[in-house]
Amino acid sequence: MTLKLVIVGAGMASGRVIEHLVEENPDAFDVTLFNAEPRGNYNRIMLSPVLSGEKTYDEIVTHDEDWYARHGVTCRFGEHVIGIDRDRRVVIGQKGEVSYDKLIIATGSAPFIIPVQGKDLPGVITYRDLDDTNAMIKAAQEGGKAVVIGGGLLGLEAAAGLAERGMQVTVVHLMGHLMERQLDEAAGYLLRRDLEKRGITIRTQASTKAIIGNGQTEAVLLEGGETLPADLVVMAVGIRPETRLASDTGLEVARGIEVNAQMQTSDQDIYAVGECVEFGGHLFGLVAPLYDQAKVLAQTLLGQPEAFVVKDIATKLKVTGCDLFSAGDFAEGPGREDIVFRDPSRGVYKRLVIEGDRLVGAVMYGDTADGTWFFSLIKDGTKIEEMRETLIFGPAFQEGASADPLSAVAALPPEAEICGCNGICKGTITNAIASGATDLGAVRAQTKASASCGTCTGLVEQLLQVTLGDDFQMPTAQPVCGCCDLTHEDVRRLIKAQELKSQEAVWQELGWKSRNGCHVCRPAVNFYLLADWPLEYRDDPQSRFVNERKHANIQKDGTFSVVPRMWGGITNAAELRAIADAADKYNVPTVKVTGGQRIDLLGIKGEDLPHIWADLNKAGLVSGHAYSKGLRTVKTCVGTDHCRFGTQDSTGLGIKLEQILWGSWTPHKVKLAVSGCPRNCAEATCKDVGIICVDSGYQVGVAGAAGMDLKETERLVDVPTEAEAIEWTVAFIQLYRENAKYLDRPYKWVAKVGLAWVKERLIDPVERARLVDAFELSQSFFRKDPWAEQAKQAERFQPLADLTLEAAE
Amino acid sequence: MSWIDICAIDDIPLRGARKLKTALGCVAVFRTGEEEVFAASDTCPHKGGPLSEGIVHGQSVTCPLHNWVFDLNSGHAQGEDGRIATYPARTEAGRVLIDVARLATRSAA
Ligand code: SRM
Ligand SMILES: Cc1cc2nc3c(=O)[nH]c(=O)nc-3n(C[C@H](O)[C@H](O)[C@H](O)COP(=O)(O)OP(=O)(O)OC[C@H]3O[C@@H](n4cnc5c(N)ncnc54)[C@H](O)[C@@H]3O)c2cc1C
Ligand code: SF4
Ligand code: FES
Repeated sequence: MTLKLVIVGAGMASGRVIEHLVEENPDAFDVTLFNAEPRGNYNRIMLSPVLSGEKTYDEIVTHDEDWYARHGVTCRFGEHVIGIDRDRRVVIGQKGEVSYDKLIIATGSAPFIIPVQGKDLPGVITYRDLDDTNAMIKAAQEGGKAVVIGGGLLGLEAAAGLAERGMQVTVVHLMGHLMERQLDEAAGYLLRRDLEKRGITIRTQASTKAIIGNGQTEAVLLEGGETLPADLVVMAVGIRPETRLASDTGLEVARGIEVNAQMQTSDQDIYAVGECVEFGGHLFGLVAPLYDQAKVLAQTLLGQPEAFVVKDIATKLKVTGCDLFSAGDFAEGPGREDIVFRDPSRGVYKRLVIEGDRLVGAVMYGDTADGTWFFSLIKDGTKIEEMRETLIFGPAFQEGASADPLSAVAALPPEAEICGCNGICKGTITNAIASGATDLGAVRAQTKASASCGTCTGLVEQLLQVTLGDDFQMPTAQPVCGCCDLTHEDVRRLIKAQELKSQEAVWQELGWKSRNGCHVCRPAVNFYLLADWPLEYRDDPQSRFVNERKHANIQKDGTFSVVPRMWGGITNAAELRAIADAADKYNVPTVKVTGGQRIDLLGIKGEDLPHIWADLNKAGLVSGHAYSKGLRTVKTCVGTDHCRFGTQDSTGLGIKLEQILWGSWTPHKVKLAVSGCPRNCAEATCKDVGIICVDSGYQVGVAGAAGMDLKETERLVDVPTEAEAIEWTVAFIQLYRENAKYLDRPYKWVAKVGLAWVKERLIDPVERARLVDAFELSQSFFRKDPWAEQAKQAERFQPLADLTLEAAE
Repeated sequence: MSWIDICAIDDIPLRGARKLKTALGCVAVFRTGEEEVFAASDTCPHKGGPLSEGIVHGQSVTCPLHNWVFDLNSGHAQGEDGRIATYPARTEAGRVLIDVARLATRSAA
């Protein structure tokens, strides 16, 4: 007997079910197929090529009218199913009822629409079916600007398609990197770079507040208050299973329609298949598992035993030129190990995640040829112990090669600047090498590269090696740490030359071997980025040592010390009273006068920090940065105000300098002193910058030391006015910020580049003015009291929760 | 297992940690990726440094006092003879869950 089978939804999942049925037993069922869309089954995933113009709708139709007719499927397209009466076993369509013996619900998903003001304006489109695609194509014909909300698979395919059709596209994405479900940050960085190359603007960590427009969308308003003009808004923030019909009918529905491994719902004659279902807590958004479900459902309907199991899935993005692949589980879960490979010259990133002796996840960008092989290792749970060392190089390569440490230099374009002092770019150097300069000396003589401060020597040597190969014997240089092959100086130069403005950019373009650096390299890279790109790069507190992140020095017992600023060593009764009150209130065990002319409150609990800061702030006291790689103290003597020998206002100059320099980040700490006469009571002759006042003006000395090394300052310049003393000091510190290796105090840096080189730079008034301006620009962000800002987030300093009671039960 | 909801994932800074008071002493909850968390003892076996204040990199943390590096999966210190206790933690729908049963059984042992 032929049973009546009714199917709601003619999508990719139900299409596959029908194919299996007609293939195995064409006479078993009399099929009626409803579809809300006025058409039958087409390959939905190919809508993106239709949008971008690479394919037409006709090319992506899976079942045409003729196919349905041939297989005796009664089609009711363009008709919504509005109800199911389970008692009478009928399906209620808009144009009438039809009775069933077996029923399949295959309603797919509905796009999620974020509930913001303006979401219903004309010009706001979701991306799900052919009508949406056609609407986007039509809008794109007018040109103009499009904003795509959502930087996942769908959003990016929409963005690429619209850009292809000539629109100016901005993608607004809530998370920190694109496609965060499928990609890690490194691959997300490369994807972003490729999309930006084709003119798409990407805004991450951006949240949509409203869509604005008068009768038609005009702009998208972001949470921060910024507006992005938009003639078209595509909302692609996610999907949710289309379950309305099922829940109205009283079937069991969680997030999706609940089914067992035979795809049966809580009603034994009703089945569900596709994106509308939930199985064992899983939802589905890609076709591979839906095809498995379709096969199981067809077998079940034909009375064959079969069970659906959830398998790992692999993702690709259908944007030509963005080659990415991700599979398995590459994030969550303990017991895991990473293998990372980067080839900056080819823009390749690969990461494998291993658990025990098995591969559990893979993310790849740039070269995804081995994707399917890795995917099969993941799916099959193959033991990889044997080939672990060479696994990342793929199936073709099982002998073991390592990443080329020179690839970062090889990847540089010819116009990239290598020697900053003399403005020499890569092309000039490689030309010199090609025409016979085969050692460092010859390159120096011919091009002047690395002939001044010498910090680019490493890069010039690498260029020699890249160009000459084994004919050049490379001297061994100390890399920053085990995560990379470059020295600090090389990293600094490359950050400037390649305009690397984010940590991910550094990791990828400079071939880092770890996922996100380590405690040695990350603080250095964080400093280099913020010193070179104060406008574009945002400081990352998580890349700082605890003292700088907590804005207090950690003590051996885990408590902290608090040192407020005393400008130039001057204080007053009100400040001292506030310090005394704080010492009482927070039971401070030790109050000490420091070697830097101020007061240290030691032994403060982490939780109390924001509160003591707030109290000190009230009395006008701010952070003394006694913890930072930045300006510490400016020691002064009493000078002309009181001392019978004083020649200039040393206290006043010290205070001015401290007020200009405070809050800045430097490669290592910076300490200053100003003495009123050569008797030098402020010990200025052993500071990073020490100024001695004399009758004729100011003697500015630099590069002193009185810590682990002891060294007298060297005279940088003698100037007649206070303003010039300040200008030279600021210019010197900015030059140090731009060039020194992280954790080199000025005396170490000057020993490397030579005082003559420093003088040569600073004597040029144009360069001096540039340095002062660059410092000021950076200070417009950093000359702020971090205590005042941190005190506002006091809860961050408290434990997350107290479980002492629960755990004891 | 007895999972309890501790906080939203964003309450812990990315590549950072927060601490949790328990009967066994402080436990640090680390966030290494957008959705990846680990829980382990907050106390360094070297000289008691607070690991929740360390630099988090890859799936490791570096102690802020003398730079011992701990693997958050196994709790082992790299190249040192030391280990910290680790506890089950996971994320679900943007929330961080931790297994309190484990914290209790450990204390009983
Ligand atoms: C509080 C203070 C000692 C005191 O009680 O006077 C102090 C305390 C510390 N110093 Fe210092 N230094 C202090 C003045 C000095 C001085 C004298 C000065 O500034 O006039 C020096 C010699 C000058 C110099 O800076 O070179 C000094 C040279 C060092 C050094 C060696 C630096 C070097 O390059 O050789 C370190 C280690 C480092 O920074 O790497 C250091 C590191 C430290 C640290 C931060 C160690 C640490 O990382 O935990 C100490 C924090 C103790 C704590 O638990 O709070 N401290 N330290 C002084 C704070 C001054 C201030 O008001 O900010
Ligand atoms: C632009 C785009 C690109 C994609 N790219 C990929 C990709 O690269 N790889 C991948 O694996 N997946 C991709 N997907 C996802 C894939 O298309 C879906 O997983 C798949 O189509 C889901 O199949 P389905 O049968 O469950 O639902 P659908 O294909 O959505 O079919 C459901 C049908 O049911 C109809 N319907 C709903 N309610 C009713 C009702 N009450 N009455 C009548 N009819 C109803 C709908 O109109 C719809 O036609 C993409 C999706 C889109 C939109
Ligand atoms: S000299 Fe400085 S670093 Fe050494 S113990 Fe004293 S305060 Fe600490
Ligand atoms: S206390 Fe952790 S390394 Fe010393």
